[in-house]
Amino acid sequence: MLRRFSASPYLLWTVLFILVPVFMVLFYSLFSPAPGGGYALDLEGYRKFADPLYLEVLWRSIVIALKSTLLCLLVGYPLALILSRIEPRYQKILVMLIILPMWMNFLLRTYAWIPILGRNGLINSLLGSLGVAPLNLLFNENAVLLGMVYNFLPFMVLPIYTVLMKIDRQLIEAAEDLGADRLVIFRRIVFPLSIPGLISGIMMVFMPAVSTFVISDLLGGSQITLIGNLIKDQFQTVYDWNFGSAISIILMVMILLSMSILNRYDEREGGTSMW
Amino acid sequence: MVSKQIKRLYVFLVLLFLYAPILVLIVFSFNASKSTANWAGFSLQWYVELFHDRQIMKALYYTLSVALIASAVATVIGTFAAYGITNMRAWPKRAVLALNNIPILNPDIVTGIALLAMFTFINMPLGFMTMLLAHITFAIPFVILSVLPKFRQLPQDILEAAMDLGATPGYAFFKVILPEIMPGIVTGFLIAFTLSVDDFVISFFTTGGGVTNLSIEIYSMARRGIKPTINALSTLMFVSVLTMMLIINLRMNKDSTRKGESETPYLPAPGAGSG
Repeated sequence: MLRRFSASPYLLWTVLFILVPVFMVLFYSLFSPAPGGGYALDLEGYRKFADPLYLEVLWRSIVIALKSTLLCLLVGYPLALILSRIEPRYQKILVMLIILPMWMNFLLRTYAWIPILGRNGLINSLLGSLGVAPLNLLFNENAVLLGMVYNFLPFMVLPIYTVLMKIDRQLIEAAEDLGADRLVIFRRIVFPLSIPGLISGIMMVFMPAVSTFVISDLLGGSQITLIGNLIKDQFQTVYDWNFGSAISIILMVMILLSMSILNRYDEREGGTSMW
Repeated sequence: MVSKQIKRLYVFLVLLFLYAPILVLIVFSFNASKSTANWAGFSLQWYVELFHDRQIMKALYYTLSVALIASAVATVIGTFAAYGITNMRAWPKRAVLALNNIPILNPDIVTGIALLAMFTFINMPLGFMTMLLAHITFAIPFVILSVLPKFRQLPQDILEAAMDLGATPGYAFFKVILPEIMPGIVTGFLIAFTLSVDDFVISFFTTGGGVTNLSIEIYSMARRGIKPTINALSTLMFVSVLTMMLIINLRMNKDSTRKGESETPYLPAPGAGSG
């Protein structure tokens, strides 16, 4: 009995708090309260989104999320590679050092860039003492990009590091015995075997980056509107639930599609994702 | 040897990037002035004020109580769910696991507004209860993912063996299975607790009526400028997490030496180590 029904509370919970709410968003994106009571079909939310103004927001969000994913990859892959090859006793400490910042509230960590990048901030006063005029480092797209890379870099490093650690040393030794140099070993063995970790890393960076509104709020200083900001505004200030729900559905479909494409690629590579 | 130096420099620079904001926060928590631009001397005044700041203390209280209750409930539901999922046939298992991935893959903002839409639709007043329900919801999948592998590692017929020896299914679960899967349960609880303490986006949409958590307080403060008391609080939290992790690590090391389980020996392949 226990065995058969032990998943039931969970299934009930999932239906009530995951499926029904997602269905509610779909509902609000298609219907809005009718003047005479009840709900009437209303596709205005989706129509509104086709406006170039909003398409530009979507485009900007995708581009900035792709940029931050690429930057995380460029910074994170070499780091994971170095981590996977150092002595085990340092390895443990370094991995802990990379995870540790995530234990501090992420809003606060992001906010802390303001006194570093600001006009009277640390970097500008350092530059000032060298005689360089203060730079505008804050409240622009680059600041938002920096905030994303800063917050999501560990999500890229850890899955890549995990798969690199699983690579059979004997493969590399065999390649060496057969005369392969380090570059060939990397290109033909290490890199292909690390692709599953790479894909998890890309997903785990791109997904939060494309949907964030906190980083753009804090470091973009309301200069940078991303799709997350747009959704948040519909529910917090404008109260256009129809429009907000439509954008959410579009964002959700977009993310689920890109995930399933990446996942299919992952399966073909014969790998297992981080989860 | 030169490349070793470059690697060290690289790791150092990445760590500097990850820790710079944290160092800034910690340093300014001891600043005598309210500014985060200049240093006015060492002071503990923000630590004293912290304990008199009713708003922050209230937010801390809500953060911790939601995190404790949510992760406890999620751990119980998730553990039983993992048990049920393990014993499912192939296709229901795949369907449930896909369902389990929805809240993990869905952007936080969509999960947040979806719950908001549902709570509003059923006229449930936003506050402590709605935030708690939301936190349980997003925590359960992570508990399942950390307990499930432990069930897979169980010997196939362990339950039958216990019942052959006269145990009831319930007795067998608590006396035979539970001790085996305990590490997964503890990990799941810790992940759930951390996610809950750090959550901003989902809480932001699902709370109301003056109930806030620390992240929401920080977000609403960010525009007016963060009170240094928050820096003091996060320094305290960071230091306690650091100590906790050090203790856990030391204990784990002691356990493994006592049981005589040495770590898997790591044999650096010649050439690969300095590559």
